[in-house]
Amino acid sequence: MIPEIGHYALILALSMAIIQSVLPLIGAQQAKASWIAVARPAAQGQFAFVLVSFGCLTYAFITNDFSVQYAASHSNSQLPIEYRIAAVWGGHEGSLLLWALMLAGWTFAVSILSKNLPDEMVARVIGVLGLVSVGFLLFLLLTSNPFDRLIPAALDGRDLNPLLQDPGLIIHPPMLYMGYVGFSVAFAFAIAALLSGRLDAAWARWSRPWTTAAWCFLTIGIALGSWWAYYELGWGGWWFWDPVENASFMPWLIGTALIHSLAVTEKRGSFKNWTVLLAIIAFSMSLLGTFLVRSGVLTSVHAFATDPARGVYILGFLAVTIGGSLFLYAVRAPSVSKGGEFSMLSRETLLLSNNVLLVVACGTVLLGTLYPLLLDALDMGKISVGPPYFNSVFVPLMMPLLFLIGLAPFVRWKKANLGELARLLRWAFCVALVVALLLPFTMGEWHWMVSLSLLMAMWIIVTAMLGFIRRVKRGNGLKGISMSYYGMQIGHLGMAVFVIGVAMIGGYQTEKDVRMEIGDVTTVGGYTFRFDGVVEQAGPNYQATRGYIQVMKDGKNVMLMHPEKRIYNVQTMPMTEAAIDSGFTRDLYVSLGEPVSGGAWSVRIYHKPFVNWIWGGCALMALGGLFAICDRRYRIASRQRKEAEKRKMATANQGSSGDVTGTAAVAREAKA
Amino acid sequence: MVRYLKYLTPLVVFLVVVWFLGRGLYLNPREVPSPLVDKPAPVFSVADLHRPERQFSSEKMMGQVWILNVWASWCRACRDEHPLFVDLGRKNIVPIVGLNYKDQRGDALEWLRALGDPYVASAYDVDGRVGMDFGVYGVPETYVIDKQGIIRYKHIGPVTAKSLETKVVALVKELQQ
Repeated sequence: MIPEIGHYALILALSMAIIQSVLPLIGAQQAKASWIAVARPAAQGQFAFVLVSFGCLTYAFITNDFSVQYAASHSNSQLPIEYRIAAVWGGHEGSLLLWALMLAGWTFAVSILSKNLPDEMVARVIGVLGLVSVGFLLFLLLTSNPFDRLIPAALDGRDLNPLLQDPGLIIHPPMLYMGYVGFSVAFAFAIAALLSGRLDAAWARWSRPWTTAAWCFLTIGIALGSWWAYYELGWGGWWFWDPVENASFMPWLIGTALIHSLAVTEKRGSFKNWTVLLAIIAFSMSLLGTFLVRSGVLTSVHAFATDPARGVYILGFLAVTIGGSLFLYAVRAPSVSKGGEFSMLSRETLLLSNNVLLVVACGTVLLGTLYPLLLDALDMGKISVGPPYFNSVFVPLMMPLLFLIGLAPFVRWKKANLGELARLLRWAFCVALVVALLLPFTMGEWHWMVSLSLLMAMWIIVTAMLGFIRRVKRGNGLKGISMSYYGMQIGHLGMAVFVIGVAMIGGYQTEKDVRMEIGDVTTVGGYTFRFDGVVEQAGPNYQATRGYIQVMKDGKNVMLMHPEKRIYNVQTMPMTEAAIDSGFTRDLYVSLGEPVSGGAWSVRIYHKPFVNWIWGGCALMALGGLFAICDRRYRIASRQRKEAEKRKMATANQGSSGDVTGTAAVAREAKA
Repeated sequence: MVRYLKYLTPLVVFLVVVWFLGRGLYLNPREVPSPLVDKPAPVFSVADLHRPERQFSSEKMMGQVWILNVWASWCRACRDEHPLFVDLGRKNIVPIVGLNYKDQRGDALEWLRALGDPYVASAYDVDGRVGMDFGVYGVPETYVIDKQGIIRYKHIGPVTAKSLETKVVALVKELQQ
């Protein structure tokens, strides 16, 4: 019964989404206040129905209802409860339902946090989001219904893929989807602006916090995915340039470009067309990612089931949504006014360079990801593109970008003076240079690549310090600095921390792959590891072979590490659980390979300096985004607007015009 | 006009990408052409599955078109495709040789007894050496080898009724002429 309620709620959600998109969009175009007013309640209703539907599916998993086909293929009665809940999004149907839920959730958030925006604008934004919802809900109902029954019911489920039975899976996909789907809000704002023909600074200010929020989630989501791959796959790598990873990385690159270009549009009124285009591309990348992951056109370590019908649907959806948007763009963009002029050396130019570098970087990732497919489609053979391509193309693009991160915050808008900049920053550069040249020696060996990366990281750190010092001197202490400045610098510092982690791993990671008999010792990264044998142990739904490895430093016992080899009961798939000792400046990473002979095992041991800085840096970047969202000016702007609205209402009540509420206020705000 | 064309560029680029993605849907990225296709099949000689004291040598098959089917009793997908080979074996169109890959002899014999034995001969590749020479990715795999001992076709994964008919049997008949 419950699954049928879920199915029914999903159908109701679809109907609601149709209302949510059709009425407000037409209403906004024809200035019908009553149709515009439908937007918010319809969005909230749609969210409620999707939530009920999601709740019903979760209920089927929790109660082990294996008469539901999807639960029977992705869960098992032995599965611990937290994984039974996570298993809801462990497969295709459920993860799409999660997508739809997130989308409805973002729309819901827009509907309650947009009290200060003109109703007509909100109606368009919610309407566009509704169209996207319709697409996904139809996809679910037509090709991927998670509530299909299995008759007769299975006695027990086929279990969740053991790779996914991990705390990382509980939070990684929801975070990633929050980011993916969050770009739909930026997209909806862009389309709404194109539809209304009102592309201005106010528009940029409205969509900025939403875009930043989505970007923060995506940053966290990607970092979690990378972290999960690091400790769960047992290869000790943190990024593999796998198509599915790239699919999440491309929207991130475009999203990063977008939040910077939105800054220019908000502050200077320039780059309007470009910003809109980026917002469309960011969302296309999210959809493209969904297509690549769900259609199986590319081979990947993330082996998802492939079904051509689904691929055709998503591709059609992609073609209609993005093709339509780009067509709208082609029609509307030529009439958009150019913003303020700026000279060759100005913050605008540097932010434009940032955008060009990020978009080119995204282009190279896209090319690398699709290249095997392109060649195959042209009958030119089968190839696969691996990390060597990505590293050799991507890294050189990032170096100038890192340099710009340190420089740009000091450069004035419109026109800057080179001599003044050089005087201001020369000491910062010297400090960074000295540290970068000397620091690698403390690690034992000097690599030019590590040194260059450290130079960029130190440059960002030193200039950020300098920036804070200058602001403190100029204003009233640390409190006088705006939240958005804090946000920017924290984000940039996060980038520096990330770069340090990557450089250190690249230059100084040591690993050994050795055959160890009981009592054998081996030394990696200054630590001595002694293999003390293995013990069989039973887990809740698996059998584990637990290794005992004694770690010693300078002759003293430091700790005991327990890498495991697990065989999960249902899918009988062997899994490697690495033992990791995390530290601020290094990780020790031990994983069991195969039993060789007579109690001997092949053991893989890594010493990974600064590896946690990679994810720490990502966390800082996301924190920076959070600071930026909390900036006072978004709230002040909205308070001002509210007052303007009141004044407007007062005059409107005296007169008789009702429908154009907001337009004048917006125009006034745009000028301010 | 030129001014407007500029703004159409993103749409055009996008449509090209969509075209490629659309083509990609109908390609199988897992279908990797074997480097061994159109090359002489590796010659092997291993123990016969049914009579451990006897050797099966692939040289015996020279001069006729034959099919090599790699299978194992632990392989779920082999069970799915097996009835198709039993059918094909009954028709006596082409000799099928089974290569029992990394298996236990008892399990393998039991499996053939239960599901039928379409093979004119069964080679017992206990340590996977022959499979390695043939570049076997995973079981099942099926090879068509011509009269000169050259591999003409390789099928990865279980065959279906359709792929067996259109690819394998059609090619065999062509090669037999």
